[in-house]
Amino acid sequence: MVFLEFEKPLEKLYEQLEKIQQVAEEGDLDMSDSIKELENKIRATRKEIYSNLTGWERVQLSRHPERPYTLYYIREMSRKFVELHGDRNFKDDKAIVGGIANLDGQTVVIIGHQKGVNTKMRQYRNFGMANPEGYRKALRLMKLAERFNYPVVCLIDTPGAYPGIEAEERGQSEAIARNLIEMAQLKVPIVCAVIGEGASGGAIGIGLGDRVFMLENTWYSVISPESCSSILWRSWDYKEQAAEALKLTAEDMLSFGIIDDIIKEPTGGAHANPEEMSKILKRQLKKAIAELQEMDTEERIEARINKYANIGVYDVVTE
Amino acid sequence: MGWFKRLKDGIQTATRNKKEAPEGLWYKCKRCKETSTMKELRENSYKCPHCNYHVRIGSYDYFDLIFDGNFDLMFEEFRSKDHLNFVDLKSYPERLASAYKKTGLTDAITVAQGKVNRRPLVIAAMDFQFIGGSMGSVVGERIARAIDHCRETRTPFMIISKTGGARMMESAFSLMQMAKTSAKLSTLAKAGVPYFSFMTDPTTGGVTASFAMLGDINFAEPEALIGFAGPRVIKETIKKDLPEGFQTSEFVLENGFLDFIVDRKDLKDRISDLLQLFEK
Repeated sequence: MVFLEFEKPLEKLYEQLEKIQQVAEEGDLDMSDSIKELENKIRATRKEIYSNLTGWERVQLSRHPERPYTLYYIREMSRKFVELHGDRNFKDDKAIVGGIANLDGQTVVIIGHQKGVNTKMRQYRNFGMANPEGYRKALRLMKLAERFNYPVVCLIDTPGAYPGIEAEERGQSEAIARNLIEMAQLKVPIVCAVIGEGASGGAIGIGLGDRVFMLENTWYSVISPESCSSILWRSWDYKEQAAEALKLTAEDMLSFGIIDDIIKEPTGGAHANPEEMSKILKRQLKKAIAELQEMDTEERIEARINKYANIGVYDVVTE
Repeated sequence: MGWFKRLKDGIQTATRNKKEAPEGLWYKCKRCKETSTMKELRENSYKCPHCNYHVRIGSYDYFDLIFDGNFDLMFEEFRSKDHLNFVDLKSYPERLASAYKKTGLTDAITVAQGKVNRRPLVIAAMDFQFIGGSMGSVVGERIARAIDHCRETRTPFMIISKTGGARMMESAFSLMQMAKTSAKLSTLAKAGVPYFSFMTDPTTGGVTASFAMLGDINFAEPEALIGFAGPRVIKETIKKDLPEGFQTSEFVLENGFLDFIVDRKDLKDRISDLLQLFEK
């Protein structure tokens, strides 16, 4: 098990539990009462820690190495899934995956950022940082969905679009911009969910939809707390303050009207019970898709555009 | 002392305050270090008479260069708001107050309608002097309103980008302006009203990754910095030096993301040509 900094009290309890279990085993003693007591304590401590998370702690949770990623969710949610590769132009990006899946009888196109599960795979997936061909693959799949009238599901989990030389040469900004304008007019329902990190243009490049959800322990911001600290505080040391200042949690986003709902995570976070998390996510996606399918196409596109047109806070002065 | 500085402080001309073009008697080029008179510079469309370096200018300077004389400002009533109570080394209201004072502008974009060789055009022009030309809710709202106006009146629309990207102090609201402006542009495209995107030095970040790259025609000034990630971020990520000419207009043209590059002295004629060609 991996414990985050703020989970230290839990780590100690687990260590105690392990010791007692060992003692019980070695001495062939009945220690079930103490074990039960400790287990209850663990449950209570976890609940307490998780009911009071700061912005920065949620950022850490969103990056938890055991957190489920897109392909895990797709396989859990869908009995049939065919992954589709390539942007039909340059190559196949590994940081954005996608394909055609079946959610309890409803065919959907699912697209999402993909991070690696170990060191080797993290590099293979470029840490979930897509190049332009990733965004173009995503758009190709959305157009496929449109052609066959399948709803689109986008799962967002990226520390940002990749800032590299080749990414610039191949038009990183054009690729993201193109997705935004095309997604605004896509004829089929689009449901998005932030399942981990929602950083900046890299996130919104597959994040414009009729419904946008965030899992409870995720974040969405114009910039990562680290980069924000480096630019505004001119030092990497203010990431906690930056995380608070950016108001990047799911609760913040819901209160701003930027997202439509928060998807609850099991206690201890999505990684504590990934199967349960997948069930909760699937339920919410299916519900949203069903609602959106009730709407007339033109009406749905208009509502989508109006939703974004209404996002913004400003004063109006009269002179 | 004083040769390259403005000697008289506080010249109270409203419009002049809003101009980014340098003032004074003499101009020393940032690139070739040659000196010319301000008159020569002005008569050369704010380009260095020696090396053709395009000096950074502001929205009002572009309006003067492009429109036939008069133009009307639009959507000036919107002001940025500190919805998040954002504080870094300075508070957002403090940053805004000093930006208003320094520039005389009401935000990082100014919208105006006027005529270009007697043809109507709406221009939304960004000012780098205003918090790095950053895109917050006001920039998004002014663009959105300008698009609605252009769609309803079937007037061609142009955005002059000059920006470091998103306005961090508005966090997710700023990010969402990418979606908002792009979604609005999709309605203009659907209505068949032309949109010209003109990129100037610098155009980076969330602005490039939304409305700047979405023009029916994308064009730029020579040697402007145009990119998604800033050069410093890329350098830190790849830990290598960047190739010469990386992320310049010429680089972006060569890679296929610009239609053409235009010298500032030909800017008005080129826009006028486009307006004429798109008329029918």
